Amino acid sequence: MAIFKKPILRSLTSKTREMPTGLWTKCPSCSEVIHNFALEENLQVCPKCGHHFNLGSRERITSLVDPDSFEEHDASMSSVDPLGFKGVTTYADRLRSYKQKTGLVDAVTTGGAKINGHSVGLGVMDFNFLAATMGSVVGEKITRIIEFSTKQKMPVILVCASGGARMYEGMLSLMQMAKTSGALALHAQARLPYITILTNPTTAGVMASYASLGDIIIAEPKAMIGFAGPRVIRETTHQTLPADFQTAEFLEKHGLVDLIVERAKMRSTLSDILGYLGSK
Amino acid sequence: MNKQTLDFEKPIVELEQKLGELLRQSEERKIDLRSEIESMQRKIEATRERVYGSLTAWQRVQISRHIARPFFLDYVRMACTDFVELKGDRLFGDDASMPGGLATIGGIRCVVIGQQKGRDMKENLLRNFGSPHPEGYRKALRLMRMAEKFGFPFVAFIDTPGAYPGIGAEERHIAEAIAVNIRDMMALRTPIVSIVIGEGGSGGALGIGVADRVLMLENAYYSVISPEGCAAILWKHRKHAPEAAEALKLCAPDLVKMGLVDGVIPEPAGGAHCDPEQAADNIRATIEKELQILSKTPIEKLLTSRYEKFRRMGVFEE
Repeated sequence: MAIFKKPILRSLTSKTREMPTGLWTKCPSCSEVIHNFALEENLQVCPKCGHHFNLGSRERITSLVDPDSFEEHDASMSSVDPLGFKGVTTYADRLRSYKQKTGLVDAVTTGGAKINGHSVGLGVMDFNFLAATMGSVVGEKITRIIEFSTKQKMPVILVCASGGARMYEGMLSLMQMAKTSGALALHAQARLPYITILTNPTTAGVMASYASLGDIIIAEPKAMIGFAGPRVIRETTHQTLPADFQTAEFLEKHGLVDLIVERAKMRSTLSDILGYLGSK
Repeated sequence: MNKQTLDFEKPIVELEQKLGELLRQSEERKIDLRSEIESMQRKIEATRERVYGSLTAWQRVQISRHIARPFFLDYVRMACTDFVELKGDRLFGDDASMPGGLATIGGIRCVVIGQQKGRDMKENLLRNFGSPHPEGYRKALRLMRMAEKFGFPFVAFIDTPGAYPGIGAEERHIAEAIAVNIRDMMALRTPIVSIVIGEGGSGGALGIGVADRVLMLENAYYSVISPEGCAAILWKHRKHAPEAAEALKLCAPDLVKMGLVDGVIPEPAGGAHCDPEQAADNIRATIEKELQILSKTPIEKLLTSRYEKFRRMGVFEE
């Protein structure tokens, strides 16, 4: 006969903590509950474990450039539905709802800016808008900022994030890979520096074009970076994927990126690199 | 020839069987069935015209994947002479899914490359079902540089379901291999012709597809995503691939209309697999014609118009 009974702890374990929505965020990495204001202050990085949350393009630009130096280009350029794409929902519907949800016009913001006094052409993708897929607008705005920078003899910095091509635009979206990479060929011929920053996640068509073409390629910690999606790879190869597969650290280990830089140090790192490659 | 019959081809195959029967009877029994035979032949022609005159996008996708369809090395054999295969990327290995080398097309010395599928399991394992690894794209780039160095035009045959999604491919940076090709083809100082002969599978196709002339065989498709992949994402099930194929506008006529592809090479009645020699003739004649024009164009002008062509691609409003 047991003298001691196992204590019943049900009441302690089953209790879920209620969180008012919109005020607190739970870190998916360390489970710390963080006040949204603290998260914002810390550039959407968990103060406890350093997990990098998605950072919107506006906040990203503010975090990188000299105050008031950003001059946006092509702010009103917006997507149309060139194929009249009808799936379960139409492309036109999707565009409308994402514009409303994010307050953005499309998935990239571009413009001229200064970083520690260095003039640069800057493009920042925003994963919140249709998974930052690349359609005609993304391709055109990126191409224009590259061409503008070539003309102005400036470095280009592209902050990438993308789920890939925007299939609602069919082959028009695939060809944006050629258009943007072509513009980079001319920028490179002019011996101008090109820096890419790969954020979570950067994949597929964007990865197989301008994201991989930087003279310097920087990744954010733990960012998922790759060509094919892990599910597709698992289904095609029937292999177990390595634990760190397609993370920034995996790419660093295999020699595919120059360095991994945490968000708080991104601006100073860019400034250091521009000190070597940029012109004031 | 391995003749796999597609659903919509069945009426034609059935009539062809009847015709065979008529021919056999007239031969064996020495009876005059000439009028029946002629009417059957007319019927076959009419049915063929009806079926192939109104192909849906999905039907074309099926033809483009037909097991009996001529593959890259079939065209090398039929449309080129003196092929010398050149292997390897000089870095890691040789990718058998994308063979390439020196070849003469209509008297013009060229560097050729193409994605190659297999017809049986053994060959498909060797060719990786036509899905290249990074080594394929890096070999292609090596051969492009060779073409540029020796002043040969570069001719690429596209026929891939897509670049290979695998662990090794990611470790050796397939995305970078494709990206570098796309960028460097834009500035390659020699004429480039790319022809989609079967499947034009997304980035894996574009990785050898930036060209002065991008051409497609009549029943080939060129798409940003496979119809099955698109259906799985947008319709939540692969069975909707026919609708996805329609929506993606991935057939040659639509792509020409949108200015994304420069021209269509006609296929013999019933598709390239019905008369591979004819298909090869059409390809050779087209390459010859295009290369004659391109080789007379000054290189600076060629590069400008190559850039301008891709630069114009995109539809948006401001």
